[in-house]
Amino acid sequence: MITAKDIRRILLVSGWFMILTLPILGMRVDPLSDNILWRLKNVMWVGLGTVVLQSLPHLWHLYLYLQAGMIRLWHHLMGTPPHKIVEKTAHRDSLINRVITNPRQRAILCAVVLTLTIIYPQVVNEYQINIMIMAFLYIMLGLGLNIVVGMAGLLDLGFVAFYAVGAYTYALLNLHYGINFWMALPLGGIFAGIFGLLLGFPILRLRGDYLAIVTLGFGEIIRVILENWIELTHGVAGIVNIPGPTFFGLGLTPSQKILYLYYLMVLFVVITIFVVNRLQDSRLGRAWLALREDEIACQAMGIDKRRTKLAAFSLGAFWAGIAGVVFAAQNRSVYPVSFSFLESAMILSIVVLGGMGSIVGVILGALILILLPEYLRELSQYRMLFFGAILVLMMIFRPQGLISVVRRKYDIDSIKAEEKEGGA
Amino acid sequence: MHFDSQYFIELFASGLTKGSIYALIALGYTMVYGIVGLINFAHGEIYMIGAFVFFLASSLLTVLGLPMWAMICIATAASIFWAGGYGYTVEKIAYKPLRNAPRLSPLISAIGMSVFLQNYVMLGQTEKYLGFPEVIPEFDFLEPFASTFSSSDFVIWVTTVIVMLILTWIIKFTRTGKAMRATAQDRTMAELVGINVNQIISATFIIGSALAAVGGILISSHTGSIHYYIGFIAGIKAFTAAVLGGIGSIPGAVLGGLVLGMAESFATGYFSSAYEDVFAFSLLVLILIFRPAGLLGRAETEKV
Amino acid sequence: MSEPILQVQNLTMDFGGIRALNKLDITVHSGEIAALIGPNGAGKTTFFNCVTGIYKPTAGDVFLTPGKGEKPVSIKGLKPNIVTGKGLSRTFQNIRLFPKMTVLENVMIGRHCRTKTFILGAIFRPPRARREEREILLHSYRLLEKVGLAAFANDFAENLSYGAQRRLEIARALATEPHLLLLDEPAAGMNPQETEDLNALIREIAAEGLAVLLIEHDMKLVMSLSQRIFVVDYGSKIAEGTPKEIRSNPAVIKAYLGE
Repeated sequence: MITAKDIRRILLVSGWFMILTLPILGMRVDPLSDNILWRLKNVMWVGLGTVVLQSLPHLWHLYLYLQAGMIRLWHHLMGTPPHKIVEKTAHRDSLINRVITNPRQRAILCAVVLTLTIIYPQVVNEYQINIMIMAFLYIMLGLGLNIVVGMAGLLDLGFVAFYAVGAYTYALLNLHYGINFWMALPLGGIFAGIFGLLLGFPILRLRGDYLAIVTLGFGEIIRVILENWIELTHGVAGIVNIPGPTFFGLGLTPSQKILYLYYLMVLFVVITIFVVNRLQDSRLGRAWLALREDEIACQAMGIDKRRTKLAAFSLGAFWAGIAGVVFAAQNRSVYPVSFSFLESAMILSIVVLGGMGSIVGVILGALILILLPEYLRELSQYRMLFFGAILVLMMIFRPQGLISVVRRKYDIDSIKAEEKEGGA
Repeated sequence: MHFDSQYFIELFASGLTKGSIYALIALGYTMVYGIVGLINFAHGEIYMIGAFVFFLASSLLTVLGLPMWAMICIATAASIFWAGGYGYTVEKIAYKPLRNAPRLSPLISAIGMSVFLQNYVMLGQTEKYLGFPEVIPEFDFLEPFASTFSSSDFVIWVTTVIVMLILTWIIKFTRTGKAMRATAQDRTMAELVGINVNQIISATFIIGSALAAVGGILISSHTGSIHYYIGFIAGIKAFTAAVLGGIGSIPGAVLGGLVLGMAESFATGYFSSAYEDVFAFSLLVLILIFRPAGLLGRAETEKV
Repeated sequence: MSEPILQVQNLTMDFGGIRALNKLDITVHSGEIAALIGPNGAGKTTFFNCVTGIYKPTAGDVFLTPGKGEKPVSIKGLKPNIVTGKGLSRTFQNIRLFPKMTVLENVMIGRHCRTKTFILGAIFRPPRARREEREILLHSYRLLEKVGLAAFANDFAENLSYGAQRRLEIARALATEPHLLLLDEPAAGMNPQETEDLNALIREIAAEGLAVLLIEHDMKLVMSLSQRIFVVDYGSKIAEGTPKEIRSNPAVIKAYLGE
C-alpha cells in the first residue's frame, strides 16, 4: 500500500528530476536575440512522468491486494474454503524457448516464418521491402556481433569498424578494378577478418572493460581515417555509384532489382542463422561459453584462451565485413558517417535487447529496433535516446534479454543405447 | 630542418592546456574506477552537460544584467551543482543496481547512459554548434607572452593547479577523503568499520563530476563553442589519460593527462592535425598492450 | 618403485616481498596417491597454481612425464592449457565450474584439449567432426556415470549440491585424460557419507593407473588414502613420508599444534 512516506519519497524524487532537467529541457538560448526561451512545460512533463513511473509498482501491489481481497470475498460469499494463492516462482522456459527446443515444433515454426518471409514482398510496396532489407542487414550484423559479445563474452564496441572495412573494400575495389559484388563478398569478409585477427592478436589478452575501450578507440580510428584519407576514400564526400548485386549477367528492372536484393538478403540471413546455430553446439561454441563464465577454469581444462577468443573475434569481424559489402551494394554509396560509434551502440542494443547468445532473441531485437522507429515516424528522432535507455534498463531489469539462452539438452536414452553398442 | 623554438614553445603551451583539461576529466574516471572498479562511460557526458549548464546560466545572467565576475561565479556554481547532480543520479540509476552483477553489465549500462545523455542534450538543446561566451578576460600582465599563449591558457593552468590542490587536500585530510581511500582499498572492510559506502560512492561521483564541469567550462571558453558530442571524444581521451597514468591512481591521472596533451599537441603540430584523435587512440591501444598497469599503476593479479 | 611422474625441484614463489613457497622438492610417482597437507596459508594452493601454470614460479623447476615410458619434460612457466595438454589436470578449492552450462557440457569442456574441430569443422560438420562430437559426448557421459552424476546430465551445474559439484569437477578434470590428477580439497564441505564415496572414487581412479596428488584437511581421508604425504608450513616442506611416519613426526605435530 502507499504510505505517506512513499508519497513523500515519490514527490521528492520527482522534484529532484525536475530540478535536474530544468536547464537542459527547460531553457534554451535563442540564437538570434541571445534571449532565454523558457520551456517549463517540458519540466512539468518530466515531473509528472516520474510520478507515474514511481507509482506503477505501488499500483501493481494495490491491484494484487484488491484481487486477493475480491477472491476472499467471493469465497466468503460462496461459503467455499479459500485457496492459498500459489505464487508462480518455479522456473519455466518461455514459450518461444519451449518451441525451439522441440524439433518438430521448431521445424514448423521455421517453415511458417520462411513462408511468410517469401510471400512478404509480394503483398507490400517497395518502400516496405526496402525497410525489411535493412532489418535483415541488421539481423546479420546482430548475429555477427552475437558471436563475439553473446557467445564469447567479448564486449566489442568497434564492431562497426569491420563493417566499414567490408563496405569500403567493395566500394574501392569496384571503383578502381571494377570488381563485382559476388567477387567482393568473400574479399570484404576476408579483409575484415584479417583486420580482426591483426587487432585481436594484441588486445585479446586485455581484461573485458579495457577490451571494450580499445575496440571503441579502434572504431573511431577507422572512421577518422575514412574521413581524412581523401586520396583513397574521397573523405566525407564518400564513394557513390556502387553497383548492386548482379544476377547471372542479366539486366533487371529497378523493381526486380529490389526483389532480387530482398531474396538475397533472406538467403544471407538463413545462412547466418545456420552457421551461428551450428557454432553454438560445437566444441568451439562450448569453449566460448565456458570462457565467458570462467577463464581460469577454462585454461586449466586445456582451452587455449587466446586462440579461442581470436576465433570468435575474427569470425565476428568476417561477418561484419560481409554485411558491409551488402550494405554498400544496397545503398549504392558509402560515407564515413555511416560507421560512427552510434552504429556500434545500435547493434549492441539489438543483441542486448534480444538476449545475448540467443539467435531468436537477436532476430527479434533487430526487428523491434529497426522496424519500430521506421513505422513510428514521429518517434524516430528519439531512437538513439531509446537505444541508450534500452541498454541501461535491460541490464537492470532483464540482463538475459527478451529471450534467454537455452542450453542444448542431450537425449540421454540414445546416448545410453549408443554406449551399449559401442561397448559390446 | 631548422628547429623553430618559438613554435616548439607554442606547442608546449597548447599541450599543457589540453593536458590540464584531460587531467581534470581523467580524475573523475580514476576516482570512480578506484572505488567501484567501473569505467564510468557517461563521465564525458557529465563534462558536456557541465558546459551546457554554464552556457545557459551565463546567458540567463547576462540577460538579467549581472556584472561579469558575479555571472562567472554563479554560472560556475550552477554548472558544478548540475554536473554533480547528474553524476549522482546516473550512479543511482545505472550503476548502483548492478554492483554485484557480472562485470560487463555495468559497462553496457554505462554505454547506454552515455548514448542516452548525448541524445537527451541534443533533443533538449540543439544539434548545432553553439557559440560559448568568452568568460576569461585578457590580462594585461600577460601581454609579453601573447604570441606564445593566451590568458585563457594561463587561467586553465592556474585553475587546474588550484583544483588539484583542493582535491589533494580533500582526499588526504578530510573525513570523506579518508573514507574514500579506505573504500577504494577494501569495500567490505570499509563497510565493517562503519563507513557508509553508498555515501562515499555518491561523494566520489559528485566530486568527479564537479571536476569535469570545471574542465568543461574552461575548455569551452577556450575553444569558443559547445556541442552535444564534445563529451564523447573528450571522455575517451580522458580515459586514455587515466589508463596512461595507471587507472585508480590520482597522481597518475594528472601525469597521464599532461603526457597525452603534450603528445597530441606535438603530434598534430609536427605531423598532421587531421589525425589528432588517431594519435590519442593509438596511444591508448599501445599502452594497454605494452603496459596495461599504466605509468604509476600497479599490476593486478587474480586470486585463484 | 615405479617411475616418477611429477618432479618438483627447488620451487620458489615470491609475491612482492613475501615468499609463499620456499625451495620445495616434491616427487610423485606414477600410480600412487600422494597428499599435500599443512596448516591454512602454508602455500598448498599456491603450489598447485605454480605447477599448473597459473602462476609463474620465481625459481625452481617442474618436470612432468607426459606418458608411460616417456622422458620427463619441464613444464615450468608453460601456459595452463599446455600443461593440461601434457597430462596434468586439477580441481579447484573454491569450485570453478561453468554454472550456466549443463553438467554434461561441463565435462565435455574437459574433452576440448583432446579434440580438434574448429570453425570450419563446426560449420560444415564433415564425418570426422561428427565422429569426434559423438566421441566427446560418449566419453563425457561415461565419466558422469563414473562419478554418479549421469542422472543430472542436463541440469545446470549451478543447481547441483556442493558435494556433487566437487565430483563434477573431478569428472571434468578426468575428461582431459590426465596422467596425474591434482585435487584441491576435494572433501571440503562434504558430509561423512559423501566423503566415504569420494574415498572410493579416488581409489577407483588410482586403480586405473592415474597418479593422484591431493590437498586435504580431512586427516582421516588423507591417512586412509595416501601412500605418501608431504607436509608444508610457511612455504617450506617440513616432512615427507608414509602416513605412519608423518603421524609421529615431531615437526609436523609442532606445525599443527603450535609450541
